[in-house]
Amino acid sequence: MSRRKLSRRQFVAATALSSAALITAPYVRGAYAAGSVSIGFWDHWVPGANKASTDLVNEWAEKEKVEVKIDYITSNGRKNEITIAAEAQAKSGHDILAMPTWWPHAQTELLEPMNDVMTALIAQNGAVNDTVKYLGQLDGKWHAVPFCIGSQIKGPCTRIDLMKKFANIDVQEMYPAGSEPKADNWTMDTFLKAAEACHKGGVPFGIGLGETSDSVDTAGAIFQSFGAQLVDAKGNLTVKTDEVRQALEYYKKLIAFLPPDAGAWDDASNNRWLVSGKGALIMNPPSAWAVAKRDAPQVAEQCWTHGFPKGPKGRFAPHLPYFLAVWKFSKNREAAKSLITHLSQSKSIEKLVAASGGYDLPAYEKLTTLKTWAEEGPPKGTLYHYPNPYNHQILSIAASPAPPKVAQQIYVQATLTKMCLRYGQGEKMESTLAWAEGECEGFMRS
Amino acid sequence: MVDVAFQRTAPAKATSARTSLHRALKRKSTMAFFLTLPLILLVAGLVIYPAFYAIHLATLNKAMTKFVGLGNFEFLFKRDTFWLVVKQSCIFAITAVIFKALIGFIVAHFVHNVPANKQRRWRGMLLVPWVIPPAMSTLAWLWLFDPSYSAFNYTLSFFGIGPIPWTGDAAWARFSVILVNVWYGAPFFMIMYLAALKSVPEQLYEAAAIDGANWWQRIWYVTLPMMRNIIAITTLFSLIVTFANFDIVRILTAGGPLDRTHIFATWAFRVGIEGSDIPLGASVSLFMAPILAIAAIFILRDISKRGNEA
Repeated sequence: MSRRKLSRRQFVAATALSSAALITAPYVRGAYAAGSVSIGFWDHWVPGANKASTDLVNEWAEKEKVEVKIDYITSNGRKNEITIAAEAQAKSGHDILAMPTWWPHAQTELLEPMNDVMTALIAQNGAVNDTVKYLGQLDGKWHAVPFCIGSQIKGPCTRIDLMKKFANIDVQEMYPAGSEPKADNWTMDTFLKAAEACHKGGVPFGIGLGETSDSVDTAGAIFQSFGAQLVDAKGNLTVKTDEVRQALEYYKKLIAFLPPDAGAWDDASNNRWLVSGKGALIMNPPSAWAVAKRDAPQVAEQCWTHGFPKGPKGRFAPHLPYFLAVWKFSKNREAAKSLITHLSQSKSIEKLVAASGGYDLPAYEKLTTLKTWAEEGPPKGTLYHYPNPYNHQILSIAASPAPPKVAQQIYVQATLTKMCLRYGQGEKMESTLAWAEGECEGFMRS
Repeated sequence: MVDVAFQRTAPAKATSARTSLHRALKRKSTMAFFLTLPLILLVAGLVIYPAFYAIHLATLNKAMTKFVGLGNFEFLFKRDTFWLVVKQSCIFAITAVIFKALIGFIVAHFVHNVPANKQRRWRGMLLVPWVIPPAMSTLAWLWLFDPSYSAFNYTLSFFGIGPIPWTGDAAWARFSVILVNVWYGAPFFMIMYLAALKSVPEQLYEAAAIDGANWWQRIWYVTLPMMRNIIAITTLFSLIVTFANFDIVRILTAGGPLDRTHIFATWAFRVGIEGSDIPLGASVSLFMAPILAIAAIFILRDISKRGNEA
C-alpha cells in the first residue's frame, strides 16, 4: 500500500482553488440560480388580462434566472384584502403583493421602502399624480409602487343619445376624441339640470348611495368639488363647515333625481343600470361599457367615458390606484424590486393596458396617451379621455386629504354617502353633521 | 441489612408502577381519552388557539404595538354605532331563532303525520335549504331582492303591490336578512324536532286521548314536556350560530342601509379587515362571547336540573 504524500504547495493550491470555486458558485447562472419570487396579483376580470401579466413575469424570470410563482387573487368577497391582512399577521406569504388604495398605508411598517425603484421610474415615465403620492408615500418616502393593473378613474360613462335627447348635451363635442376637452360649461349645476332632465325622461342617472366603493367615490369627488372635507390634512375635524353644508345641500337635490333604491346599490348595481339601458349616466371605469359591448352592443355603441363636472372648488375625479408592495419579511427583496421595475417599464405597461382593453391606468404622466385608449370602441375614441390625458381634472380619492389611516376609516365606513342619505331622507342638517363628527372622532383613534 | 432491604424494594416499586400503568391503560376512560386525543388537538389548534389569539389582539392598540388592556372595549362602549350593532344582533338572533323554532315545530308535526313511506321524500325536500351552502343560496336571495330587478317585486307588480325596497329601507332590510336566516335554519329545527317527536312514546298520547285531551292539550301536556331538552339544546345551538352569522348579512346587505343590518360578525369584518383595525375588530367579535356564555349557562343549567329530577 503506497500512500501519496501531500506537499505544502499542493495543499495551498488545492485550498485556494476550492475557496474560489465556493465563492464564485452563486454567480454561476444556472436555471433559477437567483432564487425564487412569489407574486400575488389582483385577479383581473377582463379575460386574457392575467395572461399578459404572466407573460411579462415569465419574460423577466427567464432573463434573470429566477423561479416565479404567481397567484391571482380575486377581489370578490374582499379576498385580496383578507390575504393582505393574513400575510401581515403571519409575517409570511408572497414576496410581492398587489395592494389596493389604502392598504400600503395600513401596512406601511411592514413594507420595504421603494424610493430607489420610484426615483428611477419617475425619471423614466414622468411624474405621478398627487393621489398616488398621498396613498403610496409616508413622510415623502415611497412604500409601494403604483401599478397599472386594477388602477382606475371612476368618471362619468354617459349615454350619448340619451344625454343629447333629454338634457341637450353633446358629450362627444364636450370631450372630443383626440383633442382637448371643451367642458367649461360642464359644471355641477349643469350636471344637476341634466340629472333632472334625464329623470323626467325616465332614464335617471345611476349613482348609488350605498356603502360600497362606487357610491363612496362619487360622493368623495362631489364633496371635494365643493371643498368639503370631514377631516383636514392635519387631522382636524372640519365637518361643521359651510363647504360640507353646501355639498350636502347639493346631494339632497341630486338624490331627488336618482333611482329610489339607490341607497341599496352595490358596485354591480350601476353597471347593470347602464347595461340594461335604464339610465343615461353612471360613474364607473369602462368595465360597464366593456360588459355592454358583450351583452348589449347597442348600448355600448352609445357610451362615452369623460370627465367629471366642475364644482366651485375645482373639477375632481375619483381615482383608485393599485400598488405593488414588497414585504420586509420577503426573502428575495432585490429580485422583487427588479421584477416591479420590469413591470413598470413603458413597454410592459403598454402591453398590460392593451390586454385590459384600456381599463388599467398607469400612474405616470408620460403614459396617459397610449394608443389603446384612442383606438378602443365602439364608438371609436370612447375611452380617449378616460386616463385624463390633458390633466383636465384633479384625480382624487374620497376622504382625502385626511391622514390616510383616518381617511381609510371614513372611506370604508362610507361616512360620506351615509351623510348624504341621512340628510336626503329628511334628517336635520345639524343632526347629520353631529353624527358625522362623532364618527370621525372615533376614526382618529391610534 | 439496610442494603438488602433497599435492594428488595426497588424491583417491587418498578413492578407496581408497571402494573398501575398497565391497569391505567386497560381503563376504558384512558382508552377513550386516547381515542379523542386527535380531536382534542384539532380543537385546541383550530378553536382554542385562535380564541386566545383573538383575546390577545383585542388588548392591543390600533397599530398593534402597545398593550392597552380593555381600552378597545372602553372605546367601543362610547360608540353609538357599536350599541346599534349590539341591538341589531339581538333583534336578528332572537327573532330568527323564535321563527326557526316555531316553523320547525309546525313542519315537524306535519312531516310526522305524513304516512311513513312518504316521509323520507318530504324530509329530503325540506332539508334542501339547510344543505345548500348559505353563501350560494343567499346569492339567489340577493337576486330575488335586487333593488332594481327584484323577481319578488316583478311578481308583486301583477297584483298592484310595490315596488318594495327589500334591501334599501332599514325595516325591510332587517326583515329580509331575518327571512333568509329563517329559511336557511328552520330545516335544522324541523329535523331535530322530528327526531324528538318520534321518541315520544305513543302510549302517552293514548293515555291523554283516554283522558279526553284535545290536540292542544296533547301538545302542551305531552309533546312539549317530552321535547323540552331537545328544544333547549337546539335553541342554544341555533342562538350561538345565528349570533355569529356572517354570510347572509354580508351578501345580502353588507350591513346597510345606514348600518341598520350590521351584526357583530359583519361589523367586526368592516372594522377589522376593511378598516385595517384588527384589534378593534377582534374586540367587536369577542363581545359576543359573554352574551352567548350567559345564555348557555342558563339553558344548560335548566337541562341538567331536569336531568337530575328525572
